[in-house]
Amino acid sequence: MPNRSFFWFFFPAGLAMILFIGLPIISTGIQSFYAQHDQILIEVKKCDPFGCKTSVVVDQEATSKIKEEKPLGKFNGFGTYIDRNHLASDQVSEFWSESKSLGEFIGKVGNLPFYKALLFTLTYCVIVTPCVLLLGFIIALSLNAISRKIRGPLIFGTILPMIVTPLVGSLVLFWMIDAEGIIGANLQILMDDPYLSVKSSKALTWITIIIYGVWHHSPFAFVVFYAALQTVPQEPLEASIIDGASRFQRVKHIVLPHIYPVVTFVALISLMDNFRVFEPIIGFSAEGSAQSLSWLIYDNLVNEEVILFGSAAATSIMTIVGISIILTPVLLRTWKEFRTNR
Amino acid sequence: MKKILVTLLFLLFGTVANADCNIKSGSINILANDFPALRTLVETAKECKGSADFKVTHSAEHNKIAVPALTANPSEFSVRVAANSSIVPLMNADLIRPMNDLVKKYGKGIQESQLITIDGKVMAVAFMANTQHLYVRTDVLKENGIAIPKTYEEVVAAAEKIRAAGKMKYPYAAAYKAGWNLAEEFVNMYIGHGGEFFKDGGAQPNINNAKGVATLNMLKKLADLSNPDYLTHDSEAIKVEWESGNVAIMTLWASRSGTLLDDEGDAKITAATKLVAPATVGGGNIPAATLWWDGFTLAKNRSDADAEASFRAMAHAASSKDMVAKAADQAVWLVEGFVPGPKSVGVIEAVKMGAKPYPMLPQMGLMHGALGSEIVEFLQGNESAEQALKDVEAAYITKAKEQGFL
Repeated sequence: MPNRSFFWFFFPAGLAMILFIGLPIISTGIQSFYAQHDQILIEVKKCDPFGCKTSVVVDQEATSKIKEEKPLGKFNGFGTYIDRNHLASDQVSEFWSESKSLGEFIGKVGNLPFYKALLFTLTYCVIVTPCVLLLGFIIALSLNAISRKIRGPLIFGTILPMIVTPLVGSLVLFWMIDAEGIIGANLQILMDDPYLSVKSSKALTWITIIIYGVWHHSPFAFVVFYAALQTVPQEPLEASIIDGASRFQRVKHIVLPHIYPVVTFVALISLMDNFRVFEPIIGFSAEGSAQSLSWLIYDNLVNEEVILFGSAAATSIMTIVGISIILTPVLLRTWKEFRTNR
Repeated sequence: MKKILVTLLFLLFGTVANADCNIKSGSINILANDFPALRTLVETAKECKGSADFKVTHSAEHNKIAVPALTANPSEFSVRVAANSSIVPLMNADLIRPMNDLVKKYGKGIQESQLITIDGKVMAVAFMANTQHLYVRTDVLKENGIAIPKTYEEVVAAAEKIRAAGKMKYPYAAAYKAGWNLAEEFVNMYIGHGGEFFKDGGAQPNINNAKGVATLNMLKKLADLSNPDYLTHDSEAIKVEWESGNVAIMTLWASRSGTLLDDEGDAKITAATKLVAPATVGGGNIPAATLWWDGFTLAKNRSDADAEASFRAMAHAASSKDMVAKAADQAVWLVEGFVPGPKSVGVIEAVKMGAKPYPMLPQMGLMHGALGSEIVEFLQGNESAEQALKDVEAAYITKAKEQGFL
C-alpha cells in the first residue's frame, strides 16, 4: 500500500485515538502533578436533629476565589508520585536503614499500599499469562484433532468463559466458594476445619482470583491459536509423519515455529490485560486481601467520599509506565524479527 | 437531645400543614439511596409534582454518583437525599444551596428540629433518623439462659456460650465488609470507647492510642464469632444470614428492620427477633453507635425554578403526617405526627443513652476511607493492632495532605 493511501486509511482511526486516548492520557498526566489547594476552614455553629455544636466547615467564599485563579489546584511536582500511598520514597529509605534483615525490609515495603498492589498485579500477570498461553494452546491442539462433527458445539462450550460477563463469572465462583457454597463447604469438610474461609484467607483469595483469571482468559488464546492452526501447511506435516516424527516432535518443530508470531501477539495482549486486572477483585469482594493497581485508581476515584484526582492520576500514569516496561522485551523481539525478515 | 426525644416519644398535636402542591413548572430529579423508607418518601413527593417533570434514581451506589453528577452545570439531579456523612463532600465542593428563603415560603409543615443549619444557613431538611443497634433472637437466648446483652463484652460472652452449646457455628454478625462498612464499625466502637478522631479540633489524626487498640481488639473478638467470610459481608448479606437462622445476635441498621421483619422468610425467626438498644463497650456509658439523619439537599447548579419545584415536592413529603402514619414501620421519622412503634426501639434507646451523631467534619471521609482498607490485615491476623493504627494514620495523612487539609 502506498504511504499516501495508508495515511488516509489510518486517518479516522488515528484521529479517534488521539481524541479519545491520547488527549485524556495527557490530561491525566498534567493532573497528576497537582494537588488540592490548602483548605480554608472556619468554625461555625452546626445544628441537626441531635443538637447543635461548634465545628469546622470549608470556607466556600475564600475557596472559590483561589479556585478561580488556579482551577487545576496547587502545583505539587512529583509530590504525589513519591508520597506514602505511591512510591513512598521516604518510607522505603527509612525502612532500609532501620531493617535488620532483607526479609524484614521486604515485609515492611510490602505493607505500603502501592507495593502491596504491585505485588499482587505482578504475581497475577506472571502466573496467569503463561498458564493462559499453555492452556489455550493445548485446547486448540486437542480440538483441532477432534472429529469435525462434534467440533462446533465443543468450540462454543470452550469459548463460553469469554462470553460470560466478567462480573457474572466471578460472582458465580464467589457464591460457590462461600463458607456455605458448594466449594467452600466441601473444603471445610475435606480439611476438617469448620472455620476455614476461602474468602478471608489471603492466599486462598489470590489462588481463586488467579484460577478465575486463567479460566476467563484461556478462550481468547484458544480462539487465536485455533485460527492459526488452520493455516499450518499440510505437506511438511505429512512429510514429517513419513520421516517417523512423533506427535510431540511435529508440534515442536513444525506447528510452533509456524504460529510463533501469533503466540507473541497473544502474549502481548494477555500481559496488557492481566496487568490491568480489576473486575475479579470487585466480583469476589476481595479488596481486603488482593488489591491491584487498577483497583487503587478505582478506590481513589469512587470509594471515598472525597475524590482524590491527583492520586488516581499518578497511579494511572504509573500503570501505563508499568505496562510499557513489561511489554518492552516482547516488543523488542518483534521489532528485531521484523528487521531480519526484511 | 431533648428536641428529638420530644419529637420521637410524643405525639404532637398541631395544625394540619399540607404543603401547597400547586407546582406549575420546573423539573424535579432526585438521587437517593435505595431502601424502603426512601422509596416511600419519594413516592409521597411525587404526589405533589403537579405539572413538573419528575424523575428519580434510587441507587445503592449513590455516594459514587453524587459529587460528579452535582458538579456538572446544570447538574443532573435537582435533589440529593443525603445523610450526615454524604452531605460533607457536597458542602466541601460547594454543590448544594442554602434554602432559608424556600423554608420560609413553603416549609410550613417542617419542624424546626428537622433543619440542618450550618452557620444559620439551612443546608438540608432531615426526615428520618437511623443508627446501628443490636438485634437478638429471644428463643436462642432463652434456651441458653442468657439475658439480653447490654455491652459488647456481654455480646461476646453470649455468643461464645451459644457456640459452645453447639447451637450455632457463627452466632454473631455485623457488616464487616472491607471498605466503608468495616470503617463504620470501627467508628462506632471507637466512639463507644470515648475516642476522638482528630487532635483538638484540627485535622491531625488521633486514633493510634489505647482506645484505638481496645477498639480493634473488640472488633477482632466479634469477628472471630462471625461467619469466617465476614470481610465480604455487607448489611444485606448479614440480613440474609439472619433470615436463614444462622445468627443469634447482630448489629444492624435500624432502617433495615422493615425488610428483615416482613412476611417473607421463616415466621418463627421473625417472631423471635427482637430489636434492642445498641450496646456499650469498655465500661463506657454512651453506646458504641452513631446517630444518623437522612435528609434532602438541593443542588446548587440548577435553576431557581427547579429548586423551588423540588423543594415544594420534597417538603410536602418531609412534613406528611399521612406518610408517617402509613409507613410508621419503615423508619424513625422525624416528621411531626410520628408515633414510634416497636421497630423504633433502637434509635430511641440510642438517643436516650446519649449516642453521638456521626462526625460531620470535612476531613472525616478521608479518615473513614483509610480505616476501611488499613485495618483489614489486623483482622486477618497478619498485623499488630498498633501497626494497623499506625498505617491508618499514615494513609490518612498522605491523603489529607493531597486534599490540602494538612
